[in-house]
Amino acid sequence: MTDRTAGLFVEGEPIHDTKAPAGPIETRWSRRKFEAKLVNPANRRKLSVIVVGTGLAGASASATLGEAGYVVKSFCYQDSPRRAHSIAAQGGINAAKNYKEDGDSVFRLFYDTVKGGDYRARESNVFRLAEVSTNIIDQCVAQGVPFAREYGGLLDNRSFGGVQVSRTFYARGQTGQQLLIGAYQALQRQVAAGSVEVFTRHEMLELVIVEGRARGIIVRDMVSGEIETHLADAVVLATGGYGNVFFLSTNAMGCNVTATWRAHRKGALFANPCFTQIHPTCIPVSGEHQSKLTLMSESLRNDGRIWVPKDPADRDKDPRQIPEEARDYYLERIYPSFGNLVPRDIASRAAKYQCDEGKGVGPGGLGVYLDFADVIARLGVDTVKARYGNLFDMYARITGENPYETPMRIYPAVHYTMGGLWVDYDLQSTIPGLFVAGEANFSDHGANRLGASALMQGLADGYFVLPNTIRDYLAAGPFPTVAQDAPEVVEARSAVQTRIEGFLSSNGSRTVDSFHRELGHIMWEYCGMERSEEGLLEAISRIRALRKEFQDDVRVLGANEQVNASLEKAGRVADLIDLGELMCIDALQRRESCGGHFRVESQTEDGEALRHDDEYAYVSAWQYSGEDGPPVLRKEPLVYEFVEMKQRSYK
Amino acid sequence: MKITLRIWRQAGKDAPGRLVSYQRDDVSPDMSFLEMLDVLNEDLIAKGEEPVEFDSDCREGICGMCGLVINGEPHGPQVTTTCQLHMRSFEGCDSITIEPLRADAFPVLRDLVVDRSPLDRIIQAGGYVSVNTGSAPEAHSQLVPKVHADRAFDAAVCIGCGACAAACPNASAMLFLGAKVTHLGELPQGQPERDARVVNMLNQHDEEGFGGCTNVGACATACPKEIPLDVISQLNKDLRHSLVKGL
Ligand SMILES: Cc1cc2nc3c(=O)[nH]c(=O)nc-3n(C[C@H](O)[C@H](O)[C@H](O)COP(=O)(O)OP(=O)(O)OC[C@H]3O[C@@H](n4cnc5c(N)ncnc54)[C@H](O)[C@@H]3O)c2cc1C
Ligand code: SF4
Ligand code: FES
Repeated sequence: MTDRTAGLFVEGEPIHDTKAPAGPIETRWSRRKFEAKLVNPANRRKLSVIVVGTGLAGASASATLGEAGYVVKSFCYQDSPRRAHSIAAQGGINAAKNYKEDGDSVFRLFYDTVKGGDYRARESNVFRLAEVSTNIIDQCVAQGVPFAREYGGLLDNRSFGGVQVSRTFYARGQTGQQLLIGAYQALQRQVAAGSVEVFTRHEMLELVIVEGRARGIIVRDMVSGEIETHLADAVVLATGGYGNVFFLSTNAMGCNVTATWRAHRKGALFANPCFTQIHPTCIPVSGEHQSKLTLMSESLRNDGRIWVPKDPADRDKDPRQIPEEARDYYLERIYPSFGNLVPRDIASRAAKYQCDEGKGVGPGGLGVYLDFADVIARLGVDTVKARYGNLFDMYARITGENPYETPMRIYPAVHYTMGGLWVDYDLQSTIPGLFVAGEANFSDHGANRLGASALMQGLADGYFVLPNTIRDYLAAGPFPTVAQDAPEVVEARSAVQTRIEGFLSSNGSRTVDSFHRELGHIMWEYCGMERSEEGLLEAISRIRALRKEFQDDVRVLGANEQVNASLEKAGRVADLIDLGELMCIDALQRRESCGGHFRVESQTEDGEALRHDDEYAYVSAWQYSGEDGPPVLRKEPLVYEFVEMKQRSYK
Repeated sequence: MKITLRIWRQAGKDAPGRLVSYQRDDVSPDMSFLEMLDVLNEDLIAKGEEPVEFDSDCREGICGMCGLVINGEPHGPQVTTTCQLHMRSFEGCDSITIEPLRADAFPVLRDLVVDRSPLDRIIQAGGYVSVNTGSAPEAHSQLVPKVHADRAFDAAVCIGCGACAAACPNASAMLFLGAKVTHLGELPQGQPERDARVVNMLNQHDEEGFGGCTNVGACATACPKEIPLDVISQLNKDLRHSLVKGL
């Protein structure tokens, strides 16, 4: 802590994961499953679980718990569970099947993921993830997920995100969609069987805690506006990531932090909030009207060459008129051995630097060229079309430019959030009975996530991990019935009502979106790819001013008792503002460059990221201490027994 | 671009609705269609008027949440979703009429937002393979010829947007139904329940108030994912099979 950060947070007791067994890593998960108490099938009907979220993590958990015989209620804000944001994942899902006999194994997937996370994830969790990855593929195939196949009828694999083995299963460029439809269908089967009840267009706005246990949620029916209470023996949050704190991201419009943030305010620790992933190949912003960014698959970097004009004066020229010698293929120049295939964070940061130097192209100078002219000349248009046709079409539709003729323009965008609620090996948060799965938790990706591993984690959590660990908790239930008018319930419900009334009656002058956009600008500028103490302090004071202005000057029209998108957004943006501040504080205390983020104060002589394992090999888990108190930092030390920590080098 | 928008406004499920005109003088051709509506809404809020409610989420053409009838066509003039349309495809067009996806089975909830839950209930009636978590055999234990896997995939890309039903003069959701029947019917995993699936899903479809198919083909024209009309032929074939078996 430096003098300037004093008072922004305080340090509390360290925290430890007490659930993962010690000893050989290969048997930890089987031992934990064996130790976890069983629930007799006849008792399961008496035990109820609320699952918020119907993405890969939530849908798979609800379906599996329903199959096991528990009484499940499932919630999502969209009009159908099938629309959760997992649907948008393009690339693929990893699994250690070693179908290609190329030396892959559970241990190698574990090793790659720990290394990919830049040694900031727990070994036990990651090993388990790699272990169950193979079951996921079996399960999905059995459900009818149409993965890509070879002519002989076997499943096809490809290599993804710079790893040296082919372990990624895919369904053209729509893997997330196909996996989610599989999980959604399994969920709908349980709805038909009567074991799961789905509440669509319902948004969770508060968590109910009774006698120290998570016992329910308060939700708003987004059509009628009714504030409902749902109670159960345990609550699972599978509500996805918070990338929308940046306003512009590749996330869906509705992605938000409300569910996890509300739980955080009620005592759940929030871990590593500043660990976000920035994807280098997105379509750049076209103007102030921009509402979201679209990802272009990373595979484009296999054949496209990235460059900017050497002379900023050439920025607005037709790129085809810029001769070879006036172009700077900067990745190939700086990283000759990896070239255009350097990891995501390096590619992203390098693009930012070029734009900072005034060499960026396209609207606002925020873009770099991704040029396919060479590969088209070498292999012909048809081959390129066969490889990337749908991506090129998508690009053409969005930008109105033809990438077969003129280079694409790309720019980095926020894509994934590694941080989330702190959970133990059982995926249980620090609130007993509150479990967290999928992108909403922090557990498996450390400071950076490998490509094709979020889908794997979502389904691992939902199909295989959570259903096994939650039983250890439920075995002590059913817990005493909570009355709808219990003081804790009334308190939670009236807090929600007061908040909604506050938004509707504030009669300010600015729209919710304008605040969201401003928050996004602050976060992107100061807590994005590159961070410094100076910038983060600036961001914190701006966010505080923004919060004040939001409270005084937001304008939300209409009533609660109707479909009201501004009202929905108001609650989400208010929570994102609070989260934004915590992200900056988290980034401030981590004075090291690690994983997806770069701290200017921590770099090597030639400007590369420098990690500090001696000081920062811990999870930063934050405890809420009221509206005015500084957040409390609780460190969970990370110990590496099976993988040796190494500095990355791509030069 | 200068455009007059005529937008369906309806306060609630049982309220009467009408088209309201909005003059826009500053539409950029690079805006997406929904961004154009976002900007309209920002202006409406500034003026103290309630914004136009419409659904969208991914804005990448994959979640199926968006869906507007634009100048009479579900998802507008191109073969894509509403969220993937850009204003440059409306150049030279001075007025645009925007209505919700209409079908008896899709009641309007407010403005352009409709209830498409019948589509979920059709899936509940049998659009799945019955396999509990953990009971799956090794993935390679069953080979699937590539042609079957590809055809299953082509049908499985349906995003459940409901445009097919809104386009159909009979308000039939047969393209949606056929897509699911074909997806699962092409794969070995889908065989055991194949006969019952088509009958149960079809019964649910009719119960929801969707109409019958008279081979107009408007559904396939409107479908943003180019689900081919032959999935309906497949559905009819599967139906005949199961009826012969007396299901
Ligand atoms: C464009 C894109 C491409 C990607 N490609 C890949 C890839 O190729 N491979 C890969 O492994 N990963 C990829 N990822 C990451 C991956 O898709 C996500 O991390 C993962 O799908 C998250 O799944 P989830 O189940 O945790 O959450 P989500 O799928 O985001 O689901 C969240 C659920 O929570 C619900 N919800 C949220 N808040 C509330 C609330 N307050 N009340 C009620 N319900 C709520 C939502 O309705 C939704 O059902 C990609 C991500 C993006 C954005
Ligand atoms: S078949 Fe096409 S139009 Fe119909 S729901 Fe599916 S994607 Fe939409
Ligand atoms: S918003 Fe998802 S398909 Fe249009």
